[in-house]
Amino acid sequence: MNINKIKSEFPIFSKKVHNNDLVYLDSANSSQKPLVVVDRIYDFYTKEFSNIGRSVHYLAVAATNLYENTRVSVQKHINAKDKDEIVFTKGATEAINLVANTYGNKNLNEGDEVLITELEHHSNYVPWHYLRKSKGVKIEFAEVNNDGEVTLESIEKKITSKTKMIAVTHLSNVTGAILPIKEITQLAHSKGIPVLVDGCQGAPHLNLDMQDLDCDFYAISCHKMYGPTGLGILYAKKKWLEELPPYQGGGGMIGEVKKNDISYGDLPNKYEAGTMATAQVIAFEESIKFLNKLGMQNIIKHEKELMEYGRETLMKNNSVKLIGNPKNQGAVLSFTIEGIHPHDIATILDEDGVAIRAGHHCCQVLHDKFGLPATARASFGVYNTKDDIDKLNASINKCKKIFDKK
Amino acid sequence: MNLKELYQELILDHGKNPRNLKKTENFNKDAKGHNPLCGDKVHIYLKLNENKKVEEASFEGSGCAISMASASIMTELVKGKEVNDVKELIKDFLEMIKEKNALKSNNLSEDEKTKLMSLSGVQQYPMRVKCATLSWHTLTSAINNKKDEINTEKLD
Repeated sequence: MNINKIKSEFPIFSKKVHNNDLVYLDSANSSQKPLVVVDRIYDFYTKEFSNIGRSVHYLAVAATNLYENTRVSVQKHINAKDKDEIVFTKGATEAINLVANTYGNKNLNEGDEVLITELEHHSNYVPWHYLRKSKGVKIEFAEVNNDGEVTLESIEKKITSKTKMIAVTHLSNVTGAILPIKEITQLAHSKGIPVLVDGCQGAPHLNLDMQDLDCDFYAISCHKMYGPTGLGILYAKKKWLEELPPYQGGGGMIGEVKKNDISYGDLPNKYEAGTMATAQVIAFEESIKFLNKLGMQNIIKHEKELMEYGRETLMKNNSVKLIGNPKNQGAVLSFTIEGIHPHDIATILDEDGVAIRAGHHCCQVLHDKFGLPATARASFGVYNTKDDIDKLNASINKCKKIFDKK
Repeated sequence: MNLKELYQELILDHGKNPRNLKKTENFNKDAKGHNPLCGDKVHIYLKLNENKKVEEASFEGSGCAISMASASIMTELVKGKEVNDVKELIKDFLEMIKEKNALKSNNLSEDEKTKLMSLSGVQQYPMRVKCATLSWHTLTSAINNKKDEINTEKLD
């Protein structure tokens, strides 16, 4: 891949940060946007805007077609069996809340167990916690090992006859560990348990094949995939979407509305109440094209090289301690520096235009487990280079210099 | 933006070797504070005598250099002061940090002023203001016997 050419497709990289070139190492938080995506939003609003669905006028029909085209593109991109298995949401968080709410209310009762992992982002824990409060559902945690991984065995250990849902991340946003989803799904299904995958970090960085993974639910965050904010996707097997009750009620999701009763619409409308993030959905088509133009295999190879170079570079730096050492690792490196709090690291790096994240990365359970109040995290995207990692390392050395004065 | 102003030697010194980082024995006022966004935590302990003078002040907690230095300097400064003077000091400090006002207090020694001013570099870093103010808000809470934990996200 020609990274300089790719970088030139992202207008943000022409901006200086504190008079330095931007070294953006926070893609696990949110990725930058290629111009094609930004332009698509502008073009839609300036030349093609209409709400979708009901109206029969020219613009409405055209907008509806564009919106539905994205659904088909997503279906193809993740190899779902049916386009109706793609539900647009306001984010991956809403996608998980949708499942916790509908599946939880219908199928979970007091004493039933939801099995998550110690790696989970708060968005794949808090929605289940609501069921713990409202219905007395139990939440079990598959343990993370010292390498920052959750293995199939550690999942298996926590499965009981009460386990009614397994909800796991595809790729940890802290340790970068990639979980063996296909194996987890096989194991879960052999015991009749459905599987939800938090694919926030998986979707931008891995090749997705829903029919191969065979998971029941997969949550996607579009803004981490070079797409617009305010948009997420829930993939769910059709049988679940047919069987489960609707999530939010409102316009667009109904069949017939009478004074004494209401019937609900067919898929996918059943789960898309109200005016959706139309412009974002239409622009997300460009994000998918962008990813496919580069090729997911090329992206995976590029990011693996970056991650390995990053690991190597930071391991050589004596003051840095890397968090976790997963055998199968995505484009995320979390670290600490002895004697310097991650927030101080982030502030000092920022002065050099190096954008990283510091804190608990919405994974307090994991940080408690590791006994760390916070970590610093560098995460990569298609536009990053080895030079970015060298700059990161140089900035880390500057932190040491500032703090070693005392 | 100026890193040298933010990470002055005084801050780095207090951040690395915080003074009064302990639990005061026989404390009679205390309060906890928390910044949920970054995870910084602080627990302030005060021992006031019958004349409402701060005899001892200390803190426990963890956080970045700015928050540790701020708590360290704060506990040094309030020791020996009467509660009303402490309240004025808190007001002055918060105005300096948040409103970017000059330090008004006339009751401070030059050394005390230097210490307080060392935290003023935070003014240029909006994302770090709460690191500096957490322990001061928590001190107010301790003085006023507020039982609820201070949460920086619920403050202005």
